[in-house]
Amino acid sequence: MSDTGPGRAPDVALVLVTHSATLARGCAEVAEQMAPDVRILAVGGNPDGGIGTDTEAVRAALVQVIAEGLGAVVLTDLGSAVMAAELAVELLAPAAAARVRVVDGPFVEGAVAAAVAAQIGAALDEVAEAARGLAAVAPPPDGPASSPPDGPAVHSAAVTLRNPLGLHARPAAVLARMVAGFDAEVRVNGVNAASMLELMKLGASGGRELTVTATGPAAEQAVGAVVAAISAGFGEA
Amino acid sequence: MTVVLDVDWAIAWVRLTAVEVAARRDELVELDRQIGDGDHGENLDRGFRAVVARLDALEEPPTTVGEVLRLVATTVMSTVGGAAGALYGTAYLSASRVTAVPVLDSSGTVGLLEAALDGVVRRGKARVGEKTMVDAWSPAVEAARRAAGRAGLRPAELLVVAAEAAEAGAVATDPLMATKGRASYLGERSRGHRDPGAVSSALIVRAAASAAGVG
Repeated sequence: MSDTGPGRAPDVALVLVTHSATLARGCAEVAEQMAPDVRILAVGGNPDGGIGTDTEAVRAALVQVIAEGLGAVVLTDLGSAVMAAELAVELLAPAAAARVRVVDGPFVEGAVAAAVAAQIGAALDEVAEAARGLAAVAPPPDGPASSPPDGPAVHSAAVTLRNPLGLHARPAAVLARMVAGFDAEVRVNGVNAASMLELMKLGASGGRELTVTATGPAAEQAVGAVVAAISAGFGEA
Repeated sequence: MTVVLDVDWAIAWVRLTAVEVAARRDELVELDRQIGDGDHGENLDRGFRAVVARLDALEEPPTTVGEVLRLVATTVMSTVGGAAGALYGTAYLSASRVTAVPVLDSSGTVGLLEAALDGVVRRGKARVGEKTMVDAWSPAVEAARRAAGRAGLRPAELLVVAAEAAEAGAVATDPLMATKGRASYLGERSRGHRDPGAVSSALIVRAAASAAGVG
């Protein structure tokens, strides 16, 4: 990810497959707000516009994003949507199928986490892991977070969460994207700040004091930017 | 009278399946209403009507059994919808890949059934005894395999053996508790009902035998 310049477009797209067109579109809207540059296709409902899934529409969406040179992570809402997605992949040529991951994970949280991961330049398998809700976008360093690593200088600062709702999805996405732009390993209360899901799992609500630490060449700037964003309440009242 | 399992047989099989699904639509709807969402009969009927329409519209007649089955696969996956569409789509697609020949011999007939079962298992990840389509397809494959080992049975007759086993397998789903698919949400309450997917699967295998003039 460190070779991802700020101007480079994400090369992983999301395809959201649901039983309802409204559900797919709504989830895409939420994810797009957090990850404006990521290609997100919503494929919902059966061919008649009713409740159901449409394998052919999923296949067409995959063909489209692959033709655009992107990889695709497919997220689904319920059992038969997983089957439709897997069958759609089976219908692709092997080279195209190799660029698709069908993920069984939490639908909305997974879509948002995957979109944020794609936005900050994660590779196909990393985006898929984020969608599964299992892994951080960047693996955390070895050892307990509280013991500073030997060697590189650790920059650290304490800051109080000002916005009442705390580190909910939107600010977590903002932070994850922000830290990805620095050549630094940033942690908030010990968790990897590049992982939106890790940040959300802190359950940090308004008024809580957070500790921001960072190592790496741009550690000082990263800490400064994170502290500034948190202090400003992420623009929320 | 028995016929060879050629392209004409495959077309007759598909058309007969459509007729049988239409005739038993209400039965499938009722079975699915008891332990599912009640749309199995309607969805399959819509799907096989679409298959027949596409067969009627073909300008060039298919030259292999597999071409006919692939047409069924691509049609049902986009018209049946839901789990059944994906499961049958995969089953016919798998079967089409091992039947790229003008006529099936005994091993080709067993191979078709095996591939269909493989497709259902691969897509649905169900095993025998979970009250699903697998409970019809699996005994059908086993029976056809055993029968193919006996001398003197023609390919069409293997289909009769398979159909009988599939029907018995569907009946045997009555006391099972569903652990896969929509019916699994009902848990214990799924007992005492026949699985609609197993019934429609048995219907399809029976239609294959009937189309060969032996069932």
